[in-house]
Amino acid sequence: MSAWGTVRIRAEKPIPFLRLLGPVLLLVVWGVASATGALDPRTLPPPWQVVSRAWQLIADGVLQRALLASVQRSMTGLGLGVLFGIGFSLISGLNRWGEAIVDGPLQIWRATPVLAVIPLAIYWLGLGEQMKITLICLTTMIPIYINTSAAIASVEKRFVELAHTIRLTHWEFVRYVVIPGALPGFFTGLRLSAVSAWLVLVVVEQSNTINGLGYMVGEARVNGQVDIIAVGLVVYALLGLTTDGVLRLLEKRVLSWRKTFR
Amino acid sequence: MAQDLPLTNAKRAPKGGVEVRGLSRRFSGRTIIDNVDLTIAPGEFVALLGHSGSGKSTMLRALAGLDPDVEIAGGLTVPDATSVIFQDARLLPWQRVLTNVRLGLRRQDGGNLAVAALGEVGLTGRETAWPGDLSGGEQQRVALARALVREPELLLADEPFGALDALTKISMHKLLRELCAAHSPAVLLVTHDVDEAVLLADRTIVLHGGRIVLDETVKLPNIRDRADPEFVGHRKRLLDGLGV
Ligand SMILES: Nc1ncnc2c1ncn2[C@@H]1O[C@H](COP(=O)(O)OP(=O)(O)OP(=O)(O)O)[C@@H](O)[C@H]1O
Ligand SMILES: [Mg+2]
Repeated sequence: MSAWGTVRIRAEKPIPFLRLLGPVLLLVVWGVASATGALDPRTLPPPWQVVSRAWQLIADGVLQRALLASVQRSMTGLGLGVLFGIGFSLISGLNRWGEAIVDGPLQIWRATPVLAVIPLAIYWLGLGEQMKITLICLTTMIPIYINTSAAIASVEKRFVELAHTIRLTHWEFVRYVVIPGALPGFFTGLRLSAVSAWLVLVVVEQSNTINGLGYMVGEARVNGQVDIIAVGLVVYALLGLTTDGVLRLLEKRVLSWRKTFR
Repeated sequence: MAQDLPLTNAKRAPKGGVEVRGLSRRFSGRTIIDNVDLTIAPGEFVALLGHSGSGKSTMLRALAGLDPDVEIAGGLTVPDATSVIFQDARLLPWQRVLTNVRLGLRRQDGGNLAVAALGEVGLTGRETAWPGDLSGGEQQRVALARALVREPELLLADEPFGALDALTKISMHKLLRELCAAHSPAVLLVTHDVDEAVLLADRTIVLHGGRIVLDETVKLPNIRDRADPEFVGHRKRLLDGLGV
């Protein structure tokens, strides 16, 4: 290769499952450490024990039930969070009065730790599903709001001028220029939100829940079953990865017009 | 060009020109355009020349209604049906080519018209392409189709061929002449290219120091020959006017 051309231009050929390389290496290290005795099974049981425990939990139907309850919770919360996030970013991005009203409170909420709000949420909404979904919704709405409203604000002036010269109505302008132009920002927000949906889920499921992954892990802790805790962790990780993978795929399809580095 | 396309058939009597009196534009105290009057007759093709920074784009943006801070002492008349072609093709990268052309067309047959317009600029078959997948010249032709599909009475074009190579430029010139003959809009074409101006325009004007310092009708037949003495003479007078 010539000395001046060091930045690669051609998109690299995709290698299937290349993204799994890092996690697999981690697994290998875990296995080796357990086999050689470097890792005390009371600290973290070996991977094969975690797998057999997982099988057992699946056979008993415990894992599926927990998973279903958790997925329902986080997806309902995330779905509502997406709706509110989009709604607020449109209000704030399209209108300065809207921004003046909406942006400040959301920035304050963004700076508030969820953990600190839980007691108040419980006091207001009780210990039930309502409180959990509300907290997930309120948390996931933030990254969507921040990224989408920023993307709306940075829709290029030259496209605004174009819209003027082809006499678009305000609604057409929003529909054909603003929304598609802000979509990349929205996806950035959505992927962050999806991750935070699982993070908040864990936190809210630790408090007084009778089902879900958080409950399963909490019980295991009380009973000193480290392998079940490990199963819970692995499932959380898989959920996070799967969600991100699905969203990446969706993003690629929806934003197929983009010419970017990767 | 295919003659049976609906757009090409829509030969209309020219109507709607430009009339502006006392146009000025100042940027923080610097006067870029100084009390300029300009008339463009319906169907007339005017080329606007000037040095870089002389205010050509500023003038065009004022006529396009894109500059809220322009001062107009004596009134401005431009037709409602005005199309603008920008120096960058300015296609929405997230809309397909066809959508880019038909966007804002408020007609039942808008889709068909847009397809026909793409045919007129030689882009049949590229309707569903993304703008980013087209070459620079192709993008500029989409912009031309988008401008013409609206059947404008006035076409404002800011160096639309500035970034094109000589060959593409020649075919774009031919295309623009044909389309103007078919649709007869009044045209204000901003350009750096003196030959382009003499080749295409009915009249050439030069902007310098905020004023129009030269305004001359091109006394040449429709089919123009660069070797024609009148062509050479007009070209020379333009270059003199530009102080080259
Ligand atoms: N928004 C602005 N703020 C301040 N100055 C401006 C602005 N727009 C244009 N100008 C100034 O006005 C002058 C004319 O600009 P304009 O873009 O009209 O030039 P032009 O004749 O189109 O030049 P070119 O041939 O290079 O495109 C320039 O000196 C420019 O710096
Ligand atoms: Mg310019």
